[in-house]
Amino acid sequence: MLATITARLAQMVFVMFGISVLVFLIFFATPGSDPAARIAGRNAAPETVEQIRQEFGFDRALPVQYAIMMKRLFITRDLTSFVNRGQKVIPQVLDAVPATLSLVAGAAVLWVLGSLFVGVVAAAMRDTVVDRGLMILSLIGISMPVFWLGEVMNLMSQSRFHDTWLFSWVPGLGYVPLSESLGGWFKALVIPWITLAILYIGIYGRILRANLIEAYSEDYIRTARAKGLSPTRIMLRHALSTSLLPFVTMFGLDFGALVGGAALLTEVVFGLNGVGRLTFHALQNLDLPVILATVIYASFFVVAANAIVDMLYAVIDPRVRK
Amino acid sequence: MSLLDVQNLRVSFTSEAGPVTAVHDVSFRVDAGEVLGIVGESGSGKTLSLLSVLGLVDKRVATVTGQAMFRGQSLLDLPDREMRRIRGRDIALISQDPMTALTPVHTIGAQIVEQIHAHERVSRAAARARAVALLADVRIPSPEKALDRYPHELSGGMRQRAVIAMALSCNPALVVADEPTTALDTTVQAQVLDLLRALRQSHGSSVVLITHDMGVVAEMADRVAVMYAGRVVETGPVANVFNQPWHPYTWGLLASIPPLTGARQGRLYSIPGMPPAPGTLLPGCAYVARCPAAMAVCHTPPPEQGNGAHRAFCFLDASQRAAARQKVGALT
Repeated sequence: MLATITARLAQMVFVMFGISVLVFLIFFATPGSDPAARIAGRNAAPETVEQIRQEFGFDRALPVQYAIMMKRLFITRDLTSFVNRGQKVIPQVLDAVPATLSLVAGAAVLWVLGSLFVGVVAAAMRDTVVDRGLMILSLIGISMPVFWLGEVMNLMSQSRFHDTWLFSWVPGLGYVPLSESLGGWFKALVIPWITLAILYIGIYGRILRANLIEAYSEDYIRTARAKGLSPTRIMLRHALSTSLLPFVTMFGLDFGALVGGAALLTEVVFGLNGVGRLTFHALQNLDLPVILATVIYASFFVVAANAIVDMLYAVIDPRVRK
Repeated sequence: MSLLDVQNLRVSFTSEAGPVTAVHDVSFRVDAGEVLGIVGESGSGKTLSLLSVLGLVDKRVATVTGQAMFRGQSLLDLPDREMRRIRGRDIALISQDPMTALTPVHTIGAQIVEQIHAHERVSRAAARARAVALLADVRIPSPEKALDRYPHELSGGMRQRAVIAMALSCNPALVVADEPTTALDTTVQAQVLDLLRALRQSHGSSVVLITHDMGVVAEMADRVAVMYAGRVVETGPVANVFNQPWHPYTWGLLASIPPLTGARQGRLYSIPGMPPAPGTLLPGCAYVARCPAAMAVCHTPPPEQGNGAHRAFCFLDASQRAAARQKVGALT
């Protein structure tokens, strides 16, 4: 078991290395543009560009450039933005992480519970009104763009109904660190959580229902029924436990991508200073060092989430062990 | 009194082209302690009949009518909750394919213990001890270890033994074995059959053995029911049906077994043609299109002929049979 985990971690480091090389090449070795000028940003003075060229070694060989870049990203961590002069990039990204993690982790709890409920209930009551209703609701959830839903939520909770008993507790937009106040953190994030989770509840609920219905045509479900087990037990212990693999796979990918910045729209709509919002602003200003740092950070989360999913497989399905 | 008495069982499915009847007025009974073999080719409705009796067909698509009396209870009228109490405790099922019959993510032991707990209030340790004893009964080597194995870690034969152990875990009065040896190697088949025979004696269960293998019937069963196209065409004690089969379909089945003694035959007999597609409306005998002895009258419902326990649905009477059966031989 330990060997498997070690091997998986080594693999992960290797993939990370590959990604960093690729990202580096895309950013700094694209023919026909001067990386120093791009790092310097719009309307930079020629001296600045020259200084950057020296500093990053853009006049030297590519491997040296790569080494310098990685050193500044991971070891000395002194990569600075030239758009917002002198601002260090790495602390900026690290500061943005808690907001994104809080947002995505909370939404993930909601969407896992919500979609388990939707999928299991719909599959158990297959072809009834309840099933159809849940599937239509899921489809509506999938179809609503998150930025629109977020704005509607804001409109209701911040403006129209803010003075009624229903939404009077909602604080203004923005993130409240968990270390500051648990209640404040929770209140600030509840509505963003729901907004972000609705789409995924729809997708996961529908996929889980399909997997469960497929599982119900398997022989082992007939065996379980022939044993005289209750429908609940058959559903949870025999059908659900074998239908979770695709669910977990998707969860790993989506969670990684969201933490890596895909929660951008939700963060922007709710004014949460997360990684997505940071990338968004960096893209607007063409702040290359920040974009580089967030891309590397995002890829790290996707890779890590995948590694965790692989390990989870072994927990869920004994056939994957060994 | 018989343990299970099925009368006029009819199973139909709704389809786009209207209802399709897959099982037509099937009647059979199983007495205490006996083995009833049900033979027929794939699609003849043998598995479906038994699954319907057990309430294991999907009620949204299938309609089951008729009567199935088990120890004085009418199984088809029982509410789900009552039926669940009977399934697994009084009537157990052994599935055809041991590779897919067990839930892949739970250990063998957990699945056996689960069934015991579903029907009896016993401690975890007692249930586990019984599971070990059951695995030993079905001759799985080192049963304590096998208990914690997952299905994929066992061979096909071992898995089928585990399935049998699970079926026997609550000492059922009736075991329905649905082609228990079909998915196994020939050598393992013989072992599993031996095991079933021994267990029937030690556990005292009646067995309904569903198979397409006349050899298995000859070896295991006390009585046999031959099914064709959703109907029972002949039924009787094994000795009678094998020595003096009445229905031309049974002749065909018996003629397709290679004889163990005597001169080697040139070619083995195979019944010409295909069984009718389910849903084809046949007023008369379903076998008429393939029957070597078919007559004009065969297109009307065949009468039930009987002599004691031996019964068949056919127009041929005792005087015509010998001559008609010659035709089966002539076709080889």
